Amino acid sequence: MSQKVLLTSKEVNIILHRLACQLIENHLDFSNSVLIGIQPRGVSLAQRLKTILETDYKIKNIPLGFLDITFFRDDFRRGEKQLEANKTQIDFLVEDKKVVFIDDVLFTGRSIRAALTAIQSFGRPSEIELLVLIDRRFSRHLPIQPDYRGRQVDVINDENVKVCWKEKDGEDAVYLM
Amino acid sequence: MSELSVNHLLGIKYLNKKDIDLIFETADHFKEVINRPIKKVPSLRDITIANIFFENSTRTKLSFELAQKRLSADVISFSTAQSSVKKGETLIDTVNNILSMKVDMVVMRHANPGAAYFLSQNVKASIINAGDGAHEHPTQALLDSYSIRERLGKVGGKKVVIVGDILHSRVALSNIYALQMQGAEVKVCGPKTLIPKYIESLGVTVEPNLRKALEWCDVANMLRVQNERMDVNYFPSTREYAQQYGVDKQLLDSLGKEIVIMHPGPINRGVEITSDVADSKQSVILDQVENGVAIRMAVIYLLASKIQ
Repeated sequence: MSQKVLLTSKEVNIILHRLACQLIENHLDFSNSVLIGIQPRGVSLAQRLKTILETDYKIKNIPLGFLDITFFRDDFRRGEKQLEANKTQIDFLVEDKKVVFIDDVLFTGRSIRAALTAIQSFGRPSEIELLVLIDRRFSRHLPIQPDYRGRQVDVINDENVKVCWKEKDGEDAVYLM
Repeated sequence: MSELSVNHLLGIKYLNKKDIDLIFETADHFKEVINRPIKKVPSLRDITIANIFFENSTRTKLSFELAQKRLSADVISFSTAQSSVKKGETLIDTVNNILSMKVDMVVMRHANPGAAYFLSQNVKASIINAGDGAHEHPTQALLDSYSIRERLGKVGGKKVVIVGDILHSRVALSNIYALQMQGAEVKVCGPKTLIPKYIESLGVTVEPNLRKALEWCDVANMLRVQNERMDVNYFPSTREYAQQYGVDKQLLDSLGKEIVIMHPGPINRGVEITSDVADSKQSVILDQVENGVAIRMAVIYLLASKIQ
């Protein structure tokens, strides 16, 4: 299958630092904010951002959780494949906190819709923001837009955006396939 | 992702090892869900489930109902005491009438072995067997193995003794199938009258002496004496049964090792086990009940995802 490089390792790194700075702009020391990586692909991005915030910007004790949305999706029994669950790990309450959802690609918006429902099981956040590395423009099924975006791309429907991470896939890169 | 190899849960013997692993992995996720402040997920909101209990049950029925509600399914429950079954309606007619109300899944307990299998061949719905006579009680065996896995890390290679009324017990049969499928070694122990004659053909060994059985095992599953199924006397008296096959704290402490004590409930305190054993740290009886909800959520979720 042919693939085109959307972002190289260097570009990913620059974007991650920019996103981290934008987060600091809105959340300062994160004393009332939590980061939530959406399972499965938002986890690496969330961990990476947390590491940058801690090592480069000396912000300690940022709460980080992972949210699995499988049981909250609206396509149960509709797809060909059975949905595979992942681990949810949120060791804190999100009551009255500012929550930042973190995912790799924003496509139809349905995952985020499910995440908005799922997070209610952990309390009532004071506000929820969305951070994505890749925003696929013109493909939304729902009125959901990111607050922080790495790169906006125009992709036709049968093309796929693949985000690779060094710790999982051996390199940092984003491909269009 | 992998899916179950079956469309109904009729018994452990129709499953394979992969199915059991999948159910356990899914149950892990649901166990996390039921420990959240809000213990509910919306997955099954377009599924309707009928619980049909032709035999008495407290724990299993509650556990199934709770599992269904935690998954947001619509639930109707029905027990024969107040139903038209008493007027002579047949099983298929009863169930088909319920299905005409657009029910997708049926959880059934029945006194006749094979009732769930029979139903699965004759009606259009996904069937879960919640106990059919002395045949199988698959969700109980799954939650028992799951509790062993939780306490001891894994089931494979462990030694499990099932003590008591093996003859009348669907829990025993399902447990034997489930444990062997996962590579555990199984012994049965009880009065000779309550051990089926050809039990060894299932690959289990019989140990008539309780102390020897306990010294051998890692886990002891103490079954209830099912007085309601006994048409003749299988042992001289309850007192004699308790003396020979009941576990008390003194016996447990004298073994020189910690074994895990399980009981499917309801306990006859002072018969199969004494109160101090039931409430001891070695007992996982209440964990079994909690895990029962997670296991049943997993089974219902996985079967529901195969409904067209």
